[in-house]
Amino acid sequence: MAGPSVLRFGGQRTKAAPQGARQHNRFFYMLLAMPGIIWLTVLFIVPFYDVLAIAGGRLDFLTGSPVAVYNPLNWSHANLVQTWNGIFGATAFQLPIIWRTIWYTAVASGLCLLIGYPAAYFVARFAGRRKALFLVLLIAPFWISYMMRMLAWIGLLQTNGYLNKFLGAIGLPNDINWLGGHWYTVVLGLVYGYIPYIILVLYAGLDRIDGSLLEAGRDLGLSRAETFLKVTLPLSRQPILTGMLITVLPMLGDYYTNQLLSGTPRTAMIGNVIQTQLGTNGFQGQGAVLSLLVLAVLVIPMVYYVRATSRAAREAS
Amino acid sequence: MTTAATTQQAAATEAARAARPGPRWPKRNPWRHPWFLESFTWLYLIWSLLPIGLAILFSFNSGKSQAVWQGFSWRWYLTDPVLSVAHSNVLQLAVLQTLKLSAYTTLIAVPLGVLFALGIHRWRTRTGATFNFVMLLSFVIPELIFGVAMFFVFTSLFSGISLGTLAETLALVTWNVSWPAIIVQARLATIGNSYSEAAADLGCNPFQTMYRVWLPLLSPAILASAILVFSTVIDDFVIVDLLSNSAANTPMSVYIYATQRGGNGGPALNALGTIMLIMSFVIAILGYIGYRLMTRGERGTSTDALATIAGS
Repeated sequence: MAGPSVLRFGGQRTKAAPQGARQHNRFFYMLLAMPGIIWLTVLFIVPFYDVLAIAGGRLDFLTGSPVAVYNPLNWSHANLVQTWNGIFGATAFQLPIIWRTIWYTAVASGLCLLIGYPAAYFVARFAGRRKALFLVLLIAPFWISYMMRMLAWIGLLQTNGYLNKFLGAIGLPNDINWLGGHWYTVVLGLVYGYIPYIILVLYAGLDRIDGSLLEAGRDLGLSRAETFLKVTLPLSRQPILTGMLITVLPMLGDYYTNQLLSGTPRTAMIGNVIQTQLGTNGFQGQGAVLSLLVLAVLVIPMVYYVRATSRAAREAS
Repeated sequence: MTTAATTQQAAATEAARAARPGPRWPKRNPWRHPWFLESFTWLYLIWSLLPIGLAILFSFNSGKSQAVWQGFSWRWYLTDPVLSVAHSNVLQLAVLQTLKLSAYTTLIAVPLGVLFALGIHRWRTRTGATFNFVMLLSFVIPELIFGVAMFFVFTSLFSGISLGTLAETLALVTWNVSWPAIIVQARLATIGNSYSEAAADLGCNPFQTMYRVWLPLLSPAILASAILVFSTVIDDFVIVDLLSNSAANTPMSVYIYATQRGGNGGPALNALGTIMLIMSFVIAILGYIGYRLMTRGERGTSTDALATIAGS
């Protein structure tokens, strides 16, 4: 079956290659992919089944820790009911948190886009010979740890920090307690934390737009603003959508920005609830249910994102 | 005399302009520099980078404040006998743990992801496509949700692996394996199949093709993904926060968060953050230089290389 090795695969001659050789090659490539496949199965797919098993599991009343139940036929709905009561029940406190999460995330990612788009647009289109410099400065925050960037604002926003000093210097009230649990501080932190990611996506997308399309628009008599509205903006629809997702998805699981810049339940988001339940005996099962609910809501945008980026990758090649 | 003439002339042009049909505004140079956009971009850059600069500055503060400047000193790096990075055991453990996790994760995730990409690229079956999709899902899933799954699996199903360095490494590998897998697949797509087909025609078996053709052609992509994995792990917070349980397995990001949250923040944390920043920048610069050297002779500019190193 082996035949001369020349015939084994590739090129024109593949068509004549014996069936066994092609099978052999397929086996080789399957073998290459196998470690990754096994890893993803054991450490990605199985863990999510485990979350289901915890969510449908029982509570060990002695230790207060959750007991996973792996047979779906034996799953109990106790955790689901408790979570439901936590959201919609008579003593519910989570519904306002969910609304707040949506509201914060919408405002913060909208601001990310409003600030990020013009900057990315300028660097992609007009930076000219200084493009490398601008790009380095745009990318720099991407390499700086999130904690360091939060520390920076913790220093600036303290009551005796530079922001209040600056406000005082221009004659505004200078005794604002920025870190005392305000929604605008949390939104500022979210924007500051996630804007580098959306800017990179927007820059890559805008940089890919063929300049001759814009010239054609201008040659046909469109003004600068019209060219932007009729050519650039429609062509950047995809980067805008993926960029928004790349900021929205992590914001929905963010608990640390809130903890560092506010630290009060008044500004708590859904991430804070999950993280607290995870660390509280007796509530871990509900934490599992809540994370699965968040995941269920996000599955559609996630799949959309995956499809959009792999389509873009195929078109680029 | 001349002034009168110019005024007259100006008035005439004004009149002509007013008489001419068309846009009411004087026609401006259509290729003028967008000063407004440029100033906006500079304002954004100042807003994004100045706070970091100040945070670095405060790591050299001689007092205990992160907000009020009290003079320059090396106190928080070297000289303070208890609280400085040079003398505090806990801080050193945090630095060490970050480096350990970055190294382990890079060493495991990069080969795993590269092989996965090479395999999936040619093993075009439904199973292959499905697992490629699973890999991409692991790339976009919110980190908290992934971390919750990891927390549960290491406290229930795989409870033999307790929380700590091993659990952190396993989780970080899963979280980061998509970098090499995605970047290498993109590079494979741009390279095309002609090289491997030529190699096969010249008598290479698949293993030789991989070793002699694919790996050399892929080396820039492999380098770029290694840099991304290493620096992502340096900055990673959520996964390690959920999976660490003692000072010995707490990396810098978690230490900074926990201490600041506990109300014990101070310039020592800024010093730790500055060390993280320097690590990331050194990795990024070395990676950029290496990437440029490896892609010498290819079409492409410094800006393309920068974008690749940053993962886009």
